[in-house]
Amino acid sequence: MTEIKRGGRAVKLKSVADGFDLDQIREDFPVLRQKPHGRKLVFLDSAASAQKPRAVIDAIRYCYEAEYANVHRGVYWLSERATEAFDGARETVRSFINAAKTSEIVFVSGATEAINLVASSYGGTFLEAGDEVVISHMEHHSNVVPWQFLRDRNGVLLKVAPINDDGELILDQFEAMLGPRTKLVAITHVANSLGTVLPVQDICEMARSRGIRVLIDGCQAVPHTSVDVQALDCDFYVFSGHKLYGPSGIGVLYAREELLKLMPPYQGGGEMIASVTFDKTDYAAPPYKFEAGTPHISGAIGLGAAVDYVRSIGLEHIAAHESDVLRYGMQRLAQIEGLRIIGAARQKAGVISFVLDDVHPHDVGTILDQEGVAVRTGHHCAQPVMDRFGVASTVRASIGMYNGRDDIDALARSLNKVKEFFG
Amino acid sequence: MSDLRELYQEIILDHNRRPRNFGVPDQSNRTAKGHNPLCGDIVTVYLLLEGNVVKDIQFEGKGCAISIASASIMTELIIGKTEAEALELFQSFHDFVTGDDVAELADELEELKALSGVRDYPMRVKCATLAWHSMAAALDGDGENVATE
Ligand SMILES: Cc1ncc(COP(=O)(O)O)c(C=O)c1O
Repeated sequence: MTEIKRGGRAVKLKSVADGFDLDQIREDFPVLRQKPHGRKLVFLDSAASAQKPRAVIDAIRYCYEAEYANVHRGVYWLSERATEAFDGARETVRSFINAAKTSEIVFVSGATEAINLVASSYGGTFLEAGDEVVISHMEHHSNVVPWQFLRDRNGVLLKVAPINDDGELILDQFEAMLGPRTKLVAITHVANSLGTVLPVQDICEMARSRGIRVLIDGCQAVPHTSVDVQALDCDFYVFSGHKLYGPSGIGVLYAREELLKLMPPYQGGGEMIASVTFDKTDYAAPPYKFEAGTPHISGAIGLGAAVDYVRSIGLEHIAAHESDVLRYGMQRLAQIEGLRIIGAARQKAGVISFVLDDVHPHDVGTILDQEGVAVRTGHHCAQPVMDRFGVASTVRASIGMYNGRDDIDALARSLNKVKEFFG
Repeated sequence: MSDLRELYQEIILDHNRRPRNFGVPDQSNRTAKGHNPLCGDIVTVYLLLEGNVVKDIQFEGKGCAISIASASIMTELIIGKTEAEALELFQSFHDFVTGDDVAELADELEELKALSGVRDYPMRVKCATLAWHSMAAALDGDGENVATE
């Protein structure tokens, strides 16, 4: 056990040396005791949103019960405690992705807001008509649509790097797309629809050597792999708290401080100012410049607790465990006749997407649900990927730290029921 | 499994396996495409309207068993109906699957009762009504795409 300080109190955490104990982890997630339709809950939809450990629930409760007030405003004891906890969460996130400074960590509502912020503030200011933004064919809609806004507003060109039949980025074609007018690469770290892990280190190097800025959408990466934004040398890195076992409504924009200084604010209001007169407003320094209004205080604290929890288990242990479950799942599902796995990248994390015979994914999902198995069905906010593989939708089983081989077995059993039903 | 039998009654599985009036007709004068943004499914309905009577209706597209069966049953019910009757049918079906009270369906709509299971699956109501929305939009005549929201 190790102890950390959060806000005004000490919190005990398991230390990495305790190893990876799946049963213990499952105990840490109260929701896993739920029994949908009287069955054991087999939750395989963490890529959409992960469940919350007791540590996160407790941190949020503690925030409201013991140290809640508005932050950065009051001079009284309670406000100072809240501010300390809130600032502490920012520091926790900073060290989690190894940013150089806490001023580079902007709290936003989620990855979607982070990307919109960058597209609007950075893109809207520094990209001109004819400049190019390169994305990949497997972006989440939230890393497509904000760039289309920018295209429609500024005349920026949007280029899409292709993927192969396994769902991997075709790296040399990607590199060939980086031209003199390319100003920004906005690309996912792990694709939410396929689980493909992209070679972001190479991507960053290719872009940086040409003076091109890089935004990485790390939503699906941070729960599975440790991220070091300085080693990556990326300009922007974004993720949402709720996929990292934290609350929804909070997310992170990491950006180099020098960029945050140059970028104009995204929204105006309180908290983001240094001084206001009716003639002129001086903005606060980053990150506050980009955090207009009262922030999601308990959300940030909950996210900090989620990061602490993940680190207490150890991302290396989580990754090793999950990749075992993933490998097992890929093998097990491949044995089911008529099941086609979509996305067979060599580097893959957390996601198995598939279609089963010609049974519609919705019907598969409904039948699995009756068995207590929760999967996502649909296009996963990645319609271009679906088009690429000639399907309208897929079934997606995604893996969190609390999933085990037994969950895969339950999934496979239930899929056989689907086949009986529709056979 | 019993709940599932409730949702996926044999009639539904049958219509899903062998949808009636499925395909693109040679002749039609009204058409509309329905899109379920939740799953990306698209159902296109083709109507042949003579005067105000639906002489023929066909549909094509991709969808789950619920949406295909509902579309298939719909086409059988709509043929020969007047525009007003078709829209009235839609209304009673809509009330039937969404209403708080269990709305009664006329005896001639027996097959539609097989879709009553979706009441317990609010997310699936959209599947069940997708083709109906398209049909209504086709009758409206502007041929615009509709989304089930
Ligand atoms: C890869 C990826 N990017 C972006 C998002 C958007 O995240 P949020 O909806 O939390 O803003 C998601 C979540 O679905 C995602 O998986």
